[in-house]
Amino acid sequence: MTTNIIRPLAVGIAALAVTALLLGRAQAGDDEYYPPVTDKLTLQECGSCHLAFPPSMLPGASWKRMMGDLQNHFGDDASVDADTAAAITRYLTLNAGDAPGHASKLLRGMKPGEAPLRITELPKWAREHREVPKTDWTRKDVGSKANCTACHIDAAKGYFEDD
Amino acid sequence: MTRTCQALVMLCAAGLHMPAFAGEGEDLIARYTAEARAADPAFAGFSAARGEALHRSRHGGGKPDTPACTSCHGEDARTAGRTRAGKAIEPMAVSVSPTRYTDAAKVEKWFKRNCTEVLGRECSAREKGDWLAWMMKQ
Repeated sequence: MTTNIIRPLAVGIAALAVTALLLGRAQAGDDEYYPPVTDKLTLQECGSCHLAFPPSMLPGASWKRMMGDLQNHFGDDASVDADTAAAITRYLTLNAGDAPGHASKLLRGMKPGEAPLRITELPKWAREHREVPKTDWTRKDVGSKANCTACHIDAAKGYFEDD
Repeated sequence: MTRTCQALVMLCAAGLHMPAFAGEGEDLIARYTAEARAADPAFAGFSAARGEALHRSRHGGGKPDTPACTSCHGEDARTAGRTRAGKAIEPMAVSVSPTRYTDAAKVEKWFKRNCTEVLGRECSAREKGDWLAWMMKQ
């Protein structure tokens, strides 16, 4: 009789413990995980000069603005042909931080209607990096704030934990 | 046994790939030769030495932070370079990156972008051929 009650109870408690552990982990990692680019064309065109930044790091309006002026891409001419640009824009906006079903934490604190071009200008980005000393940014192996991988070694896989 | 088979298959594939690549590189050289001749009837062939000079010289006219090809590609064409945003660039030398110049459209795209960045203008067919001749010798 007692074993009949204890066994399901033990199983239930064990299941709960596992669930809690998994949930806890998922929540801890959620903040720092941004699904990496999986589209081959986007990876190839955006990823030759810099990390192909996860589309959820900017709102759709930002990606549209950026893809509409690739001739002046942060001082470089990064223009691609019209078909390529259209395909990449489609991928980026479908997976943008404010696309339906997405609610990117990196976009928190943004004013409505804003379409910034630099991820580093997002309020949440600034908050997350406020403790990084100036001397780290000018280090030779960092060189640029666009060089996420210098500190976030698994950035290409979508993980942006404090390393 | 399977290991040996795999290794054999890879070796065969590599063997088959080599002539295909040489053809592609030569295709580009042929293309730039025709263009260089059209631009200058006195054109007398490409020079790897001129290509090396183009690669190593500090040019004016481009962007201040990229005065030379070596600003990003590094001094040794057989080793990897690095973009200003920290991304590794595959070595340029054909001996190390044998499939580097197999896609003509890609080669043209990067010549256009990078010549504009470094020289402030597009490269001529002679310059592209010289440069490629040097990379094929590397």
